[in-house]
Parts: sequence; C-alpha cells; structure tokens
Amino acid sequence: MSDKITNILLVGVGGQGILLAAEILSETFMLAGFDVKKSEIHGMSQRGGSVVSHVRYGKQVFSPMVPEGEGDILFGFELMESYRYLSLLRPGGTVVVNDLCIAPPAVLNGQEKYPEGLAAKITQRFPDSLLVDGQKLAVEAGNARAANTVLLGAVSKRLDIEEKYWLQAIEKMVPKKALDVNFKAFALGRSLA
Amino acid sequence: MKEILSGNEAIARGAYEAGVKVACAYPGTPSTEILENTIRYQEIDSSWATNEKVALEVGIGASFVGARSLVTMKHVGVNVAADPLFTLSYTGVNGGLVLVCADDPELHSSQNEQDSRNYAKSAKIPMLEPSDSQECLEFTKLAFELSEKYDTPVMLRTTTRISHSKSVVELGERVADLPAPKVAKNPAKFVMLPGNARARHYIVEDRTDQLSKDGCSMPINRVEMRDTKMGVITAGISYQHVREALPEACVLKLGMVHPLPFELIRDFASKVEKLYVVEELDPVIEEQVKAAGIQVIGKEIISICGELTPGRVRKAFGLPGNEQSAVEKLPGRPPNMCPGCPHRGIFYTLNRLKAYVSGDIGCYTLGFMPPLSAMDTCICMGASIGMATGAVKVLPEEERKKVVAVIGDSTFLHTGINGLMDMVYNKGAATVIILDNRITAMTGRQENPGSGHTLMNDPANAVDFVMLCKAIGVKHVRTINPLDLKECKQVISEEMERPETSVIITDKPCVLIKREGVFKPGKTLAVDCEKCIGCKVCLKIGCPAIEWVPASGGKGKAHIDPLLCNGCDVCRQLCNFSAIQEAK
Repeated sequence: MSDKITNILLVGVGGQGILLAAEILSETFMLAGFDVKKSEIHGMSQRGGSVVSHVRYGKQVFSPMVPEGEGDILFGFELMESYRYLSLLRPGGTVVVNDLCIAPPAVLNGQEKYPEGLAAKITQRFPDSLLVDGQKLAVEAGNARAANTVLLGAVSKRLDIEEKYWLQAIEKMVPKKALDVNFKAFALGRSLA
Repeated sequence: MKEILSGNEAIARGAYEAGVKVACAYPGTPSTEILENTIRYQEIDSSWATNEKVALEVGIGASFVGARSLVTMKHVGVNVAADPLFTLSYTGVNGGLVLVCADDPELHSSQNEQDSRNYAKSAKIPMLEPSDSQECLEFTKLAFELSEKYDTPVMLRTTTRISHSKSVVELGERVADLPAPKVAKNPAKFVMLPGNARARHYIVEDRTDQLSKDGCSMPINRVEMRDTKMGVITAGISYQHVREALPEACVLKLGMVHPLPFELIRDFASKVEKLYVVEELDPVIEEQVKAAGIQVIGKEIISICGELTPGRVRKAFGLPGNEQSAVEKLPGRPPNMCPGCPHRGIFYTLNRLKAYVSGDIGCYTLGFMPPLSAMDTCICMGASIGMATGAVKVLPEEERKKVVAVIGDSTFLHTGINGLMDMVYNKGAATVIILDNRITAMTGRQENPGSGHTLMNDPANAVDFVMLCKAIGVKHVRTINPLDLKECKQVISEEMERPETSVIITDKPCVLIKREGVFKPGKTLAVDCEKCIGCKVCLKIGCPAIEWVPASGGKGKAHIDPLLCNGCDVCRQLCNFSAIQEAK
C-alpha cells in the first residue's frame, strides 16, 4: 500500500443526506482495508445550512480534516454549495456534482439572485468535472430519493476501490426494503463516463 | 472486531466496556450523541437530566455508593455543573466517575469558545484528552481506572473535531468483576463541612503531585523522536494536525493534559533544539511549561481564537500551504427554522409589536435572523427571564412594556424556572413566553421532563407548565396557538401592557418530532397566481417553503414548494388577497 492519502469533500445543504453518504464512503474504504477518518459538523446541519463533510483514506490518516487546497474529489449535492467550496480542491482535482439548485433564504425572499452558469464555471476551473442528473437517474432506478446513491456510483468510478466493497457498504447502511433500488441507482451512477 | 465510530460513539462504547452502570447528561452539541449511544447497552442506566448540575449530582450519587458513572456535557454545561464539581474534587469517589466535557473551538454551535482545561486546573482534577476515536474508547476506560486508583473524578475532554469525527476502532469486552454498589458511610470523606474539607484539601494537593510524577511514565504521555531540530508538545486533535503539517518534528503527545508530567517535559525539552507547544484555544500547557522555567514558543505563532487545521499549523510555522483562491462572494446559506415551525408566528408577531426580546438558547435563537429579526439578547441557558427582570428594573415606563423574554420548554426547565421565581418574588413586570414544542429540538430532538418520555423512550410524567407557573405565583398564565397570528398578536400585546409578571405558553409541537400523533401536518398550501399581486408580505416570515419568483417585465409572484410545505397556515393568514389556499 502506498502512503498516498485520498481526500474527499462532500458538500451540500443540510437535510440532503450528506452525512449518510459520507458514512457509506467511510465504510467502503474500511472494508477495502484502509485507514479512514471522517469529519463534519452536526448541530445546525438539519436546519438547511451549508454542510461540508471530510472523508480521508489511505495507509495511515492523521488529521480528520482535508488540508486546505488538497482535496482530490469534490462530491457535490447542490450546485452553489459545490461552487462555494471549490477552493478546498487541489488544482486538477475532480468534481462530481448533482445538477440541482436549492435556493438559500436570501434568494427565496427575492433579495439576492441564485448565481447563473455555475456548472460551466465549475468545469472551467476543473476540467475533470461530471454533472449528474441524480434525480432523473434515481427515478429511473425506481425512487427519486435514491439520488445520493446515483452520485455515489458516479464517485465510485473515480476511485480505485473494488466494486464489491461499495456494494457491501450499501448493504450495511441502507434499509433492506430499499436495497434493490439503491443497487440499481448505484449501477446507473457508476455507468456514467 | 473493528468498527468506524465517532468519538462520541467510542466514548459510549468505552463506558460500556469499563462497566459503567449509570450515564447521565444534559444534551449539548457536540456531546449529545454519547448518551444517545449508551442506550444501546442494557447494562447502563442512561438518562437525560434537567441540567448539567443535576446530571453530575446523579453521577456523584451513584459513584458514592460504588457504581462507575459517566456524566457528559458540552463546555458551557461545565459552568452549570461547576458547583458540585469543585467539591467533588475534594471528596474523591467510590465507584469511578468520569465527566466528559466537549469543547467547541471555532464555535460551530456554541455561544462562546471557553477552554475546559482551565476547569481541570482550577478544580484540581486530572484530565485526559484523546486524539481519535480509538483513544476515545481507551481513554474512557483508563479514566475510570485512574479515577478509582487516585480517588478522584476524572475529566475527559473532547473537541468538536474529536466528538464528531469518525475513525476505525477495535472493540473490547465489558469488565465483569466490579464490586456491587452498596451504602458506604464515610462522613470524613463525603460530608464536606469545613472541618472535613480542610483535611481533604491536603489530600487533593498530594494527589495532583503524585499524578504529575506518575504521568511521566504513563504510556498515554508519549515521546516520538524524529528530527531533533524541532520538538512539539501537543495533545488531542492538535496532535493529528501537527503530524500532518510537521511530519519530521519530534512530538511529546500528552494524553493527560492535567496535571502535566513536568519531568517528562523537561527531559523532552533537553533533547530538541527548539521547543513549541501547539494547542487550540488558551495557552494552558504553554503557561505551565514557561512557569516551570522551560523556554517554549506557543501563542506567539498559534492563534488563541478558533480551531486549528493542518493548513493553519503550517502557516504558523511559516511553511508554504496549498490554499487555493476562493470563488466570488455568493449568497450565504445560514440555518433556518423549518417549514411549519411553531416559533415562526411568535417571532413575526414580536417583530410587528417592536418588542425588546430577551432571548435564550434553542432553535428559536434563529428568530434573530432576518426577516424575523426579533431577538435582542442571547447569553446562556435560562438567562432570558432574569435579564428581562433586570431590564425592567431600570427602563422608563414606556420602554418597560416592550420587554419580552422567550424561552423553550427544555431551557425553561434547565435553569429558566429559577429566573421566573425570582421575577415573581421581586415583582418584575415583564412578559415571559415559554415556547413549548415538547422536545429539546436544537440538539436533535431529545426528550425532557416536559415531553412525557425518557431517554430510554419510556413514558414519563410530563410537567404541566400552566400549573407550574401558577404554583410559582404567576397570576396571569395564558396558553396560545402560535400558528394563529391574530391570537398571538392579541394575547402578546395585552400581556405586554400588563404591569405584572405574565406567562404565555405556546402549545404546538416541533415539526420534526417523529413520535406518532404528536406533530400533525396541515393541508399543503399553494399560491393562486391569478390573485397574487406580488406584495411580498408572505416573504416576511422567512419560510423555506415560500420562494419569490421574479418575472421579466412583471412584478413577480410568490410560489410555495409543495414538497416542503407543512401546512402551518401562517402565510395564508398574512395574505390580504386570498392568494394562498389549500393546494388542489
């Protein structure tokens, strides 16, 4: 095993299921035999605030926080939050982002505008970006609520971890009755280029 | 067996393995999940106390009759529990007692950034500080052993990045052969009257000296020799950042941050060319090392404010970082009250009535945010009522009427009730609103003595707030539906006029309560675009379900997201054009 640490940042809006996605990532890496650390802030996350979760894996991980500007992958659940945290990525890093806009309070009440063209701006700064219509593919898999698993599938393609570990982690973390839909959603995400 | 656990989960597991019989706490971020995990173990009696002082007293009671007990709280909770804590240091324990205090550098969800290590030092209590989840488990077990070996309570300090970070943990078994609890009479040790306490103080000082000496050979105080040009003394999460940012540096990793192992520090200092202390918040280690006559660099380069990160440690040592340029300023995304939250109508009304709102700690503190903008103070748990009393004492008559204290059900039972007794007793003339949403919501929906259930989910007595207030002597106690704006305005304005103490109790539950039948959503609402004239009145309540849709050329319209709307009806009452109706 090399000493290389892989750094992943999950960003989005409180209530989107980011913490569960981060749990599945961490579980996968542990099953694959790596040391894993994960860090995030609870408390306000259920009230629609901005959420960042750090997941790091490798032979031995020290800090649970991704050092500033050293993220390898930004796993975005919402466009503006993904754009907001681009500076956490290293130059040449990878972005997998859900094609979804959630208006923050100042936009909801008409005081500010939701910025336009964010997907293009993200791709301009990080050419290795993938925009995923998580909602649409989740519906295709059988349930709109499996959008996060679609995204997880897309992220999994960009990491050198055997597929069986991903499936084992999903099996452990997702309720049994939702497993089939989630496996389908994961496969759809993983099939994206 | 290996599992990925958060620091809080690992502490709960450590308590289980240590044979803990009683765990007690008041919820507070980032400590809450410890007790939410001790309930997984049938062998532990886990309970929410009304406040941190009571939680510690429950723990002390169990310890004095011989059980190992765990008490947990956030950093500011230790302020509430400080009274028993300082004297507990004198009595020592019978069964081991460990107090976990979770600090919050960077104030992710707190009102201040105090450093609990100062408490360990001033209360003369040993303190351990883990640096990952494995250590959370091991140090919890060790803390109980030290507690009994040295006859002292032990504090275990975490920070947000320890409590809420997850890492891989190897689990162990629960100890089996602990003595059964029984009454133990020992007045000289347990009755802290001056004559007894005077003698105990000498024991406390000897104990601290002994721990400082023994700490030099404890494996949790560990020297890691590498390049001797630089030596760093560090502990807790800072250790991880140091290893990340300064991989070549020699490190003295302290697992016990009070008392310090001075001989070990002196020896480490002699082996390195330049000595540093890297610690978050106060220079607790640094000042003691300097006072021992050892030259060291600390707060000269490390900020006293905020948490550390790998990048901040690098920057402090003048090393190049990898910080990338930030993107342009974007609309912020602060947390918000939920759609249908029963607090929203109250704060809208207080805003309209131009009240001076003495605030408190809970979800409703978000009433401070625009557009509600109806909270003027927030200090600590329970402070709203006493502060209202104080303001009314000195304000001119016209302004006196504007003073309204708002406090949640759990916060009222925590320490607000004392303020209310004082207000009645001393003839304070403010209006107090108890926002009873039947749950401790902000920390993630914990039960409390008003909710009718215990932490173990057993049915329990629910405090009757009306009878309680009347028993205290409040003559004017009224209950209102916080989702009825007309009623809110009428009742609150009437009570604000009254030159006596009055209490208004709201009676709608939190929308996030999962227990069946408690929260009943109303019919989803929708905006009739034909009738909406774009006046924006409905936007003044800041509901996340209502969105302003600008129109090119025209004025724009409001839109209600049917997936988010809980049908609370507050926006419909605001609309003067009947444009908001039940969705078809």
